Amino acid sequence: MALNKRRFDALIIGAGGAGLNAAVQFANTNARVAVVSKVFPTRSHTVAAQGGVNAALANVMPDNWHWHMFDTVKGSDYLGDQDSIEYMCREAIPTVYELEHNGVPFSRLDNGKIYQRAFGGQSQNFGGAQAARTCAAADRTGHAILHSLYQQNVRARTHFFDEYFAIDLIRDNEGAILGALVLEIETGEPLLIEAKATVLATGGCGQVFRTTSNAHINTGDGMAMALRAGVPLMDMEFYQFHPTGIAGKGMLITEGVRGEGGYLINKDGERFMERYAPNAKDLASRDVVSRAIVTEVKEGRGCGPNGDHVLLKLDHLGEEIIQKRLPGIRESGKIFAGVDAAVEPLPVFPTAHYIMGGIPTDRYGRVIVPHGSGEEVVPGLYAAGEAACVSVHGANRLGGNSLLDILVFGRAAGLHVLDNMEEHHRPMNEDSVDQAMQSLQRWDRKGDGLSVRELRDEFRKTMEDHAGVFRTEEIMSEGVEKIKALRKKMDDVVLTDHSKVFNTARIEALELQNLMDCGIALAASALARKESRGAHSRPDYPDRNDAEWMKHSLYYLEGDRIDFKPVQTKPLTVDSFPPKERVY
Amino acid sequence: MDNDIERLRWQCRRGLLELDYLFADYLDQQYAKASAEEQAAFRGLLDQQDPDLQHWLINTDELPPEPEMASLVKKLRQR
Repeated sequence: MALNKRRFDALIIGAGGAGLNAAVQFANTNARVAVVSKVFPTRSHTVAAQGGVNAALANVMPDNWHWHMFDTVKGSDYLGDQDSIEYMCREAIPTVYELEHNGVPFSRLDNGKIYQRAFGGQSQNFGGAQAARTCAAADRTGHAILHSLYQQNVRARTHFFDEYFAIDLIRDNEGAILGALVLEIETGEPLLIEAKATVLATGGCGQVFRTTSNAHINTGDGMAMALRAGVPLMDMEFYQFHPTGIAGKGMLITEGVRGEGGYLINKDGERFMERYAPNAKDLASRDVVSRAIVTEVKEGRGCGPNGDHVLLKLDHLGEEIIQKRLPGIRESGKIFAGVDAAVEPLPVFPTAHYIMGGIPTDRYGRVIVPHGSGEEVVPGLYAAGEAACVSVHGANRLGGNSLLDILVFGRAAGLHVLDNMEEHHRPMNEDSVDQAMQSLQRWDRKGDGLSVRELRDEFRKTMEDHAGVFRTEEIMSEGVEKIKALRKKMDDVVLTDHSKVFNTARIEALELQNLMDCGIALAASALARKESRGAHSRPDYPDRNDAEWMKHSLYYLEGDRIDFKPVQTKPLTVDSFPPKERVY
Repeated sequence: MDNDIERLRWQCRRGLLELDYLFADYLDQQYAKASAEEQAAFRGLLDQQDPDLQHWLINTDELPPEPEMASLVKKLRQR
């Protein structure tokens, strides 16, 4: 049967905040834009971003984009590109006003201006007093933004391909991207979407880890597609973990629990944080608490039949305080751990939360790759959001900057596509289409073999044990070998369901391939970086090493090769912020 | 393979991990043996917005206005 084809000016893959804010830029133009999303757009993971979006509006306290920039550079542990950071902090202001204009119901002050709350890592005057920079729509900012942007896109007649799964990018022999092969989940039929420009906005890859706060949809689809199209992934070793997720599952248990007086204990009932951080104890920074938990487990002091977690004790706070100040915690514990936190402690383990790395782009969202001694743009390919690495978060992301990143650079990518639209589509490359079709048809293979679930469970556990919070040369080099062996086993995976209509098993197999590609990138990059910086922490190389390691890492799928490129320390218009010790 | 179940399985993919677990577990373990009314209530819940679902299922004691959905929410909380 002939392959169905559609043609658009722009193709956007992913319908979270980045994808929708890219697509909405095409409203009131003649350009034809398609958005492909594997789930209904308002079910994207952006809904989980409840905290808010940073912009130096100065509505509550004095503020300035330059201070926001300083905080972001410092927060990045000086690995962020300062040109992109300057751009983001400046553009934060018009971006928030544009969202307001598009109908996002921001919480407001009595004087009618947008309310702004204070968050960790925000300062006035380059490291001075606390700033208040985060704009929110009650406790559902992410959802409010998604909903408004979706409505604006519907109004603008953006063409949505809901419940379509993107399989691979299509490229010509010069490396230009011509669109993508996608799969209609309902019918199981492939569809070739040709586009002059393709934007990858598929979000993060938290599902590479067994314990993650990310939704099941976060399987790094766009990152893996980029890898398979020959594009490297940048800074993949920088992964933010939250110390307290529900053990074995990953739902976040807010830091507020420890703020209110909850504390961690091991199997002997010992309050172990006193040994790791005698002053701050349970309120030490996220990475310190996360590593302490994993150390306890590794040294045999973990709890439960498998000794694979620790306990978060809060029953001493009393039912009333728990109910009043920590809403949802008791219910989460009951539902997901079968434990009433008002009576007994909660089983917890560090949970994978956010990836700083991703597809390398410039501040226009264009995907860039090393070429000779410089860099070149991949024609026709853009990326934005958590899938991309522009790089504004560097080695560590600040609260309120993730929504900002996806909105500013989604918008930037949309605008750049629009302003630089080619007159014609490039000629299609049938070889590349055939190749993408083969990776789909591979799942028609019948017979005996491994199941997707079996291999996925083993892979995610291996990632957690060998590329998670605790990173030494020995643990990680063993991990990389194990993960490569698991990747080989991918060839032995066979599906039992070969139906076409809503074959979710086939989608899960395609997702597992994507997880494997992202996982190897992450583990190999973590092994390569022999220093501790931001979220990447190595007991065997405990210090930041600016002389040798102030550079971005790049992982290529071909040959599992690692390369590096310099950090852009020169901003657009202001002076550089030179690296300093990061103290708060 | 039952197409309707598979269609619902994909609807259980949400923006929030908590909802992923609650819905997928219900679909696997309870949906098939549930009454027609409860099955309809489940399909109705899947059409709701994620923050509303989180509000009803996890963060508060409040319930959706529709009685059938309300009793299913109570059941899901008891998991």
